[in-house]
Amino acid sequence: MTREGTRVWHGTMPVQFLYTPGAAGLRFFRTLKERGVLAVTRCAECGVTYLPPRLYCENCFADLGKAWREVAGRGRVHTFTLLHVDREGRRLEPPDIVAFVRIDGTDGGLVTRLVNVAPSEVRLDMPVQMVLQAPRRRRAVLTDIIGFTTAGSAPPSQPRRRRRR
Amino acid sequence: MENGVTGGGSRTAPAVRMSGLIRRKPRRRVAVVGAGLSLFMRRALETGKELSYYAAAQALESAGVRRRDIEGVIMATAPDAFDGVHMKGDWLLDGAGGVRRPYMRAYVGGGSGVFSIISGWTLVASGLFDLVLVVGEEKMSSCQPHPQSAFLTIFDHTIERPLGPNLLWIFALEQHRYMSTYGLRNEDIALVSVKNKHNAMNHPAAQVARELTVKDVLASEVVAWPVHRLMVSPVSDGAAALVLASEEVARRLTDKPVWVQGVGWALDTSYWGNRDLAYPRYVEQAARMAYEMAGVTEPRKQIHIAEPYDPFAYKELHHLEGLQLADKGKAPEDLAQGRFARTGALPVCPSGGLMGVGNPIAAAGVMKLCELFWQLRGEAGARQVPGTPERGVAQAWGDLMQVGTVAVLGTR
Amino acid sequence: MAKPTARPHPVIDAPPRLPMRGHPLSDDEFHKATPTVAWAPRLEYAWDTGAAIGRFLDGLRAGKIYGVQCRTCGRVVTPPRAFCELDFKPMDAWVELPDTGTINTFSICYVTWDMKPLRTPQIPAVIEIDGTVPRGGFLHLVGGLRGTTVEAIRTQIAVGTRVQAVWKKPKDREGAVTDIVHFTPLRPRQKAR
Repeated sequence: MTREGTRVWHGTMPVQFLYTPGAAGLRFFRTLKERGVLAVTRCAECGVTYLPPRLYCENCFADLGKAWREVAGRGRVHTFTLLHVDREGRRLEPPDIVAFVRIDGTDGGLVTRLVNVAPSEVRLDMPVQMVLQAPRRRRAVLTDIIGFTTAGSAPPSQPRRRRRR
Repeated sequence: MENGVTGGGSRTAPAVRMSGLIRRKPRRRVAVVGAGLSLFMRRALETGKELSYYAAAQALESAGVRRRDIEGVIMATAPDAFDGVHMKGDWLLDGAGGVRRPYMRAYVGGGSGVFSIISGWTLVASGLFDLVLVVGEEKMSSCQPHPQSAFLTIFDHTIERPLGPNLLWIFALEQHRYMSTYGLRNEDIALVSVKNKHNAMNHPAAQVARELTVKDVLASEVVAWPVHRLMVSPVSDGAAALVLASEEVARRLTDKPVWVQGVGWALDTSYWGNRDLAYPRYVEQAARMAYEMAGVTEPRKQIHIAEPYDPFAYKELHHLEGLQLADKGKAPEDLAQGRFARTGALPVCPSGGLMGVGNPIAAAGVMKLCELFWQLRGEAGARQVPGTPERGVAQAWGDLMQVGTVAVLGTR
Repeated sequence: MAKPTARPHPVIDAPPRLPMRGHPLSDDEFHKATPTVAWAPRLEYAWDTGAAIGRFLDGLRAGKIYGVQCRTCGRVVTPPRAFCELDFKPMDAWVELPDTGTINTFSICYVTWDMKPLRTPQIPAVIEIDGTVPRGGFLHLVGGLRGTTVEAIRTQIAVGTRVQAVWKKPKDREGAVTDIVHFTPLRPRQKAR
């Protein structure tokens, strides 16, 4: 085989997606939009409160369709990291603070950003609270949550102060 | 370099092996003891996890077991590109009862629905487990602008995609070769749409059940001649599930276990320009393996119900011939004579099939297994075939259009 | 397709007659009324053609169709491959095949890959290339026909029609399967090249 015998062929997989929230997800997002709190489901038998909420207990498979509760968007930083580059490799100054926040009153949490707080101030287990878009700007999607900030610092519906790059 | 090849030994491609396809029949028997389905829908609110849960929970309840009794889980689901979730099988797992369980994904494209029970069967027949949950799921509506776009990659990226192909081509090309080889007419094939959509009128999960005539089918627009729109199964979201048990456990759970008597599977070359498109050799190979295991030597006498895979009207006929249930080129004639009606000598797709119930790819094959389960126990309600059927065969197909998966279920 | 009609609480026939679950959405509900998340992944690939297809494409650029023979079973196949998938031996006896063949099957397609209508149909076909043993070939298009209706096209081609490749001009070829524009019926007085 000569060198001319090998080539590279370029192409794409031209697919796009439109994801429904699901039966449980629909209630979660509508609650977030309309009341600014987190809807969760609780399996009484297993003693587990699911966030994100599930229609079913993954452990005993009970139907949780009638086992809804609501909790406030408050919790603790379970872990966090600082992102110094974005997906395209551009520098982020100051870095984004991405955290997994365990929400009080549940056995779960949310992956989110920490806002209105300096990276040097972040501590594991520090109490944080949810910052939401203004009610009229919420669309029943995850980005209705702007992020989490130190508890007791800013009112829950503070408009975002830092611009995205 | 030689300039062309003339004459010489025209060697035919290797034939299908006729026997000796398995070394020995496993001695440990496996039964289906429960079945469940979600609705089949064009677009569901539910996530794939929730659809899986509906089917899995129903199967567990019908079997009288709980998730904690399940020892292993099979998740059958076709390309990730439909739901748009990478590692989809693993992602669906918690809705399929699989958290903290040994789990396997069954994945041979459209063949997955029957590959599901084959995979589940191996877990029990091997002695590893006594109780296994088998779930099939698909959520095709997520894929935009149309799920067909995800199928583009079935074509070779270098020597086929530049031609601007479309999934329908494969079916249309195959149907035409089948018709041309045997002198069949589109009217003969359209009868499958009529029969299956009619049968589905009695299926509670059905998405596209309708009363139609052959004229209606042929009056529908030509999408890719010879395929008319009403000869194509729909895009669907849905899930289906089965519970499999070892003999000892099955007999404790039910007095009507439905035994998995035989399983078979085979893939042919993906160079589909080098295959005989008029005949699904890979279905024959898979069927022979399943029949050998089941001790079926005269399928036309010993199989009482057939659920072949019918994503397009002609495929039911094509597959019936591969399953050895009709002579080559003769399935349409048998259909026209009423042999395959619910009240006929060999009911075919009494469920309504993919053409009538819907086609959430992997779930569709599991739906066919659910149908055999209910039919063989006399629990198919208005769809029940008369008499006391004792043995049925379910078959699925797909992948790069070259996989055959077959399961024989029976009351003994 | 007809819009799904509301089902009155369907239940499964088999005992214990459990309800069938699912919330079907209409097209409008799906696209407008339900909060959904859209994602368009950029999935771009650079696929190596492999040694065999690479040489096949070079052949196309030169206006030739190459096949390859297995020295064990004697098959001559196109598109070529580096090994015989049946004998699992290398396939390295390259042959130049004629650019004529026979239509094994064809379709007349009036929709695009994303289900939009086409007024002028595409005519995909499996073309059995002369010289292959057993007869086999690859997917391509048939063209150069008159008319766009199924009836008109079917008066000009059938399964078994002999066809000839129509090539792009040498300067326009790029080493792609589209260097053959399409295959077209051999006229009775034409000789195969």
